[in-house]
Amino acid sequence: MSTLLPEGWELICGLEVHVELATKTKLFSGSPNRFGDEPNTNIDPVTLGLPGALPVLNEQAVELAMRIGLALNCTIQPCTFHRKNYFYPDMPKAYQISQYDQPLNIDGFLDLPSGVRIGVERAHLEEDTGKSTHIGGATGRIHGSEYSLIDFNRAGVPLVEIVSRPDIRSAEDARQYVAELRAILLAIGASDAKMEEGSMRCDANVSVHRVGTPFGTRCEIKNVNSIRALGRAIEYEARRQYDVIDSGGTIRQETRHWDDAEGRTHTLRTKEDADDYRYFLEPDLVPLVPSDEWISRVRANVPMLPAARRTRLADATGADVQGEAVSVIVERGQDDYVLSVGEVGGDVARGLVYVQQAFSEEPSTPRIPAKDIAALTLMERDSKVTSTQAKTVLADIVANGGGDPAAIAAAKGFEAIDTSEVEGFVDQAIAADPDAWAKFCNGEQKAMGALVGLVMKASKGKADGKVVTAILNSRRG
Amino acid sequence: MANIPATAAGIADAVQSKEVSATEVVEHHLNVIAQRDGDINAFNLVTSEHARAAALRIDNAIASGAAVGPLAGVPIAIKDNMCTRGIPTTCSSHILEGWKPPYDATVITTLGAAGAVMVGKTNLDEFAMGSSTENSAFGPTRNPLDTSRVPGGSSGGSAAAVAAGLAPVSLGSDTGGSIRQPAALCGVVGVKPTYGRVSRYGLVAFASSLDQIGPFATTVDDAALITEVIAGHDPKDSTSIPQPVPSLRAAAREGVQGMRIGRVTDLPEGAEPEVAARLNEAFAALESVGARIVDVTLPSLSYALTAYYLIAPAEASSNLARYDGVRYGMRTSAADTNAMYGATRAAGFGDEVKRRIMLGTYALSAGYYDAYYGKALKVRRLISDDFDRAYAQADVVLMPTSPMVAFPFGDKVDDPMSMYLCDIYTIPTNLAGHPAMSVPFGTGAHGLPVGVQVLAPALGEVAMFRVGGALEAAGAAR
Repeated sequence: MSTLLPEGWELICGLEVHVELATKTKLFSGSPNRFGDEPNTNIDPVTLGLPGALPVLNEQAVELAMRIGLALNCTIQPCTFHRKNYFYPDMPKAYQISQYDQPLNIDGFLDLPSGVRIGVERAHLEEDTGKSTHIGGATGRIHGSEYSLIDFNRAGVPLVEIVSRPDIRSAEDARQYVAELRAILLAIGASDAKMEEGSMRCDANVSVHRVGTPFGTRCEIKNVNSIRALGRAIEYEARRQYDVIDSGGTIRQETRHWDDAEGRTHTLRTKEDADDYRYFLEPDLVPLVPSDEWISRVRANVPMLPAARRTRLADATGADVQGEAVSVIVERGQDDYVLSVGEVGGDVARGLVYVQQAFSEEPSTPRIPAKDIAALTLMERDSKVTSTQAKTVLADIVANGGGDPAAIAAAKGFEAIDTSEVEGFVDQAIAADPDAWAKFCNGEQKAMGALVGLVMKASKGKADGKVVTAILNSRRG
Repeated sequence: MANIPATAAGIADAVQSKEVSATEVVEHHLNVIAQRDGDINAFNLVTSEHARAAALRIDNAIASGAAVGPLAGVPIAIKDNMCTRGIPTTCSSHILEGWKPPYDATVITTLGAAGAVMVGKTNLDEFAMGSSTENSAFGPTRNPLDTSRVPGGSSGGSAAAVAAGLAPVSLGSDTGGSIRQPAALCGVVGVKPTYGRVSRYGLVAFASSLDQIGPFATTVDDAALITEVIAGHDPKDSTSIPQPVPSLRAAAREGVQGMRIGRVTDLPEGAEPEVAARLNEAFAALESVGARIVDVTLPSLSYALTAYYLIAPAEASSNLARYDGVRYGMRTSAADTNAMYGATRAAGFGDEVKRRIMLGTYALSAGYYDAYYGKALKVRRLISDDFDRAYAQADVVLMPTSPMVAFPFGDKVDDPMSMYLCDIYTIPTNLAGHPAMSVPFGTGAHGLPVGVQVLAPALGEVAMFRVGGALEAAGAAR
């Protein structure tokens, strides 16, 4: 099935992203907020919704939620909590405490690396449910299962739900949005944002319409568990809706389940069987009114965001701001380190390449002294080692947690050869293969490879490939 | 056996001065319970072992010269909707039968630290929904003054326990009058403090924005003593008020010289003639000891009952949704989860609870919210505004507590509307979040007690206890 819509048709998508906040304790109780513990150990009367237990709002959760709001250019406003009522076994109180008509953060935006701006309608606080595991039955869902196990460790974990405006027009935009959002959440320390562990979960509202006409009826796609799956699900769903409309049908508003193995969505529930959540103001909590002073304090703790860091790194290194090197280094949080290579006198552009290549296992602040990397970049720049030799020296430095690159190069016999010596090797190569030289002079670029190979052989790999190429080109005139 | 003082204050003094031991006090009350509670059924559970152990700890502490709290050795009965660690807490409902909370309500912890000795868990209308204690799953409580009549409700067990001398003091909870109305019907003092004065942590919720814990006592002084101990800020309850608690016992002795007592000129009708007569006598009594009577109006009061029966059931429908058979309490097996919910709740809840869950669910439903719940919230605002205007002119307002004296069993239980009307004078205070207390003041039909209700603005407990104390003194002098 083609994933593209015909000319004149447009895909409209808005995303609802839930992220678990990296707090010490739960949203309304003192139990630890920790993934992977023995089931039903991080519980207490509030978490279990025992009769008489009351919620008390976690200040750290509010701060992290405000940080998210500020990073997404939202307005922070006085807000309230509501109860969202529905029965489910892993929902201990049979209602979820969430924010309804007065959320904490409203009216923000997120700029994609491509420059497209996606509106953020709101980012509100709510509590997570427990986690059910349904045993027996074909579908792994509660219906038809023999019995279910419930782990309440996750119940009451603080979530922020970030709701975008329907500004997304392609699967690629959606992927970029989630990737950029994830980078922001990691940078501000609000969440570990792991889609595979469920600490970041994404639902997509998708519709299609003919450009210039009102938006079509939307469907909500659930169970999208990776950024890749998100793109596939959106493209599948847009095409499905177009096909329904094209064959004379209409789209029903419904919730659909993405089956990643089958690569398709199917109906989970229609609007008619949607729960009536009977939202009302949570009487056990009071309104949350963040003071200007508190907001300023949180704002001061918001670090530089990935977009600004990418620009800074690109400016310093001359690399493409949308390129892989820049985005990978910022995602790893190693951009400060790359810049520090420049600060201690190194060649920061080569520093970027080295760190991208060799530091994937290093922490965001690598153990290796920046001066060692800086010294190596200068040796390569000054042709004291070839780029191939530099790689070998770099690997040695990383493996040993640092080291003097000059000493390592010397120990490996990577002594410098100067240009006049290389000129001699080039003379020998031309003499050894005049055919290749003739072809090269006739503009057959491929012939250069044979000549370079001969120089390398003669110099035992010590000649710098770039220098050899430059000499050959200049000789050809 | 030594002579056991009748009041909590007297017991605490006698225990601390070693005139009696806490053990003697508790054995006395366990004896009275054994003799009388068969007829009254005030208790769902008598916690004899727990009480004896607590009394022994007090006695040991006093013998060793250690400091003890202001309620050292005072037996207290606890309404069975407050969580007690390891001790069944049923809300007089089959759905919670056998459930033992793993934690204590804040009031239980506070009372324990003050040296009080819990003697048992008292009967109530199921989940505090009712005005007669006839809605208990474990049988009604009988009024000790006439066992053919109800004690009022929903805290009927706690009121009857104090009226019968089974305990000198007790705790109840008041959502629409559940402390004040049974206090009036049993002839004892009942106090509903300002919403947020006493922590609700561990009080099984009926209607969270209205529920408040308060004491029953035979004297205004004892009621003040217990209120002083249980009031105060609790970080576990977000609606708890971070304000210090003033001396209420001193206030109760202060007199009412110069106070302005509000008389409501547009009070909804329906009080029995004797009840209205006692209220008039109360005004006269206060005037004679130096207070001034001022007329006030509360025009929105006639809508209070309707607003209450939307707001309280709406919150209850959500609060009681957790009784789903999944984690604790009763479970009735069925083919699948949804059927299990239905079967469990059908078997576990009584008729009145089901009625209110359905009312509340309906009031919050999409398409009906604005017409019912939304409008009720507006009425609530209007009632608060009415009170604010009244309290600009008056320090307190006096009203009947209950329109009628204790009524016979079966009189109203099959007619919900007539039962709901029992709370017509108590509900407005809950909607406003204000304090109010009922003080016995003479008798009405059949020689049964009448209560006069003192209402005060938020955090106005001092004014309330001044008037309460004066009414008690005037009643005693009659």
